Amino acid sequence: MPDLGKYAVEVVSAYGASLLLLALLLGLSLRRGQRARAELAKAEAEAADHG
Amino acid sequence: MSIWSYANPVKFLALSIRVQPFLWTAALICLATGLIWGFFATPDDFRQGSTVKIIYLHVPAALMAINAWFMMLITSLIWLVRRHHVSALAAKAAAPVGLVMTLIALITGAIWGQPMWGTWWEWDPRLTSFLILFLFYLGYMALWEAIEDPDTAADLTSVLCLVGSVFAVLSRYAVQFWNQGLHQGTSIPVTTGARTVSDVFFVPLLICMIGFGLLFAALVLYRTGTEIRLRRIRALRARMERTL
Amino acid sequence: MIALLTRDLRLALRAGGGFGLGLAFFLIVTTLVPFSVGPHTDLLRVIAPGILWLGALLACLLSLDRLLALDYEDGTLDLLLTAPLPLEAAVSIKALAHWLTTGLPLVLAAPVLGVLLNLQPAGYGWLVVSLAFGTPALSVIGTFGAALTVGIKRGGLLLSLLVLPLYVPTLVFGAEVARRGASGLDVSTPLLMLAGITLGVIALMPFASAAVLRMGLR
Repeated sequence: MPDLGKYAVEVVSAYGASLLLLALLLGLSLRRGQRARAELAKAEAEAADHG
Repeated sequence: MSIWSYANPVKFLALSIRVQPFLWTAALICLATGLIWGFFATPDDFRQGSTVKIIYLHVPAALMAINAWFMMLITSLIWLVRRHHVSALAAKAAAPVGLVMTLIALITGAIWGQPMWGTWWEWDPRLTSFLILFLFYLGYMALWEAIEDPDTAADLTSVLCLVGSVFAVLSRYAVQFWNQGLHQGTSIPVTTGARTVSDVFFVPLLICMIGFGLLFAALVLYRTGTEIRLRRIRALRARMERTL
Repeated sequence: MIALLTRDLRLALRAGGGFGLGLAFFLIVTTLVPFSVGPHTDLLRVIAPGILWLGALLACLLSLDRLLALDYEDGTLDLLLTAPLPLEAAVSIKALAHWLTTGLPLVLAAPVLGVLLNLQPAGYGWLVVSLAFGTPALSVIGTFGAALTVGIKRGGLLLSLLVLPLYVPTLVFGAEVARRGASGLDVSTPLLMLAGITLGVIALMPFASAAVLRMGLR
């Protein structure tokens, strides 16, 4: 850990908040993406059944 | 092969799946290098102390917040002129990413401003413009959600994006006129080439900017893929209902 | 065109058209301000131009969702779409009617409310001028927002979210004129900017509104 001096709280919270937001965005995107994939596979299978 | 062949969703998906692993890896490498370098290995500024380290998040995020809107503007134009669905979906996919980038820029800016300017928030032109940009992103996304028919939604949001761009620029100059502000000028003026940031800070910053750019590209490609799949599901379902 | 204008005006003037509602809202907002910030006349004098501008802007916003929604429901919009009159012109006329029934009364009422807020004597003239220059832009931009949300059920809140950011430049310059006027400073720069924005918006925005209407009603 580098010595952040008297502004340690500020610097760490800025990094923390930013990384958290990015992780959130990433997580939500991935979840939505996985769902869409699964959903599409199902829909294609159904469509194939119906011919 | 022209670039327009990728307007075909199938071709676009194939390409984006091929490109994405490289993009994600490159983004991860750049971000990890830039942020770790910036956080652990750069000296403190003699006036700002260690808060100078926030720049590695603040500046790239702000850069991408504006570039994301710019990308949405271009893809909206392509949709309006050439009516490629992929283009409209890419704009839709980019909006939340831009929103998060704007939020990061605002939050890191506030955290930096607290010790440096002695206030979390200042009605400074740059800060105010970003707040307005944030509202534009919100409105744009809300409009996408509100309209049932996807093609109409794409049309209306595209026009909103064009009109919004004009007003965003207008607002930028309006608030500049309205309050002179505390925010320092740009540290890396591209046109004059006269940097005010020394290399110690600049090199990791540059890597972070590239990293954020790559991350943005990877995220948008991924999210566009999601949107294309959702649209395909919709089409399949509609076709089935018709045949039943 | 004139027939459309008179029709819109007459509809607005009849009961239920919302005429006067905007004015009442403007009055209420201005009366509520002293309650929220305290009855300090010095403070009120300073913020009076800004409050009056904000009140006028919100009052404008209030009547926007009925601007096109009523015509959408009863089918008038579909008729306008196929009418020989260009849709751009029809949209401009609707904006003009909105301004005549909402913006103009606000401009005229503002000085009266200025008294309530202890506006400085020098400020009255510039307040009226700035509102007279700025409110047409509010109506025209609002028409665009109304056109965007016309097909959406309960689009009122969305309409505000879309329109308010677009109001920023007008508000900045308009309130600046009123503020500088009240403190006796030179107002020519913001006034010219305000007029420029209004004229530009009047000239270009109807095209965007008409395009959006065509897409939305297709």
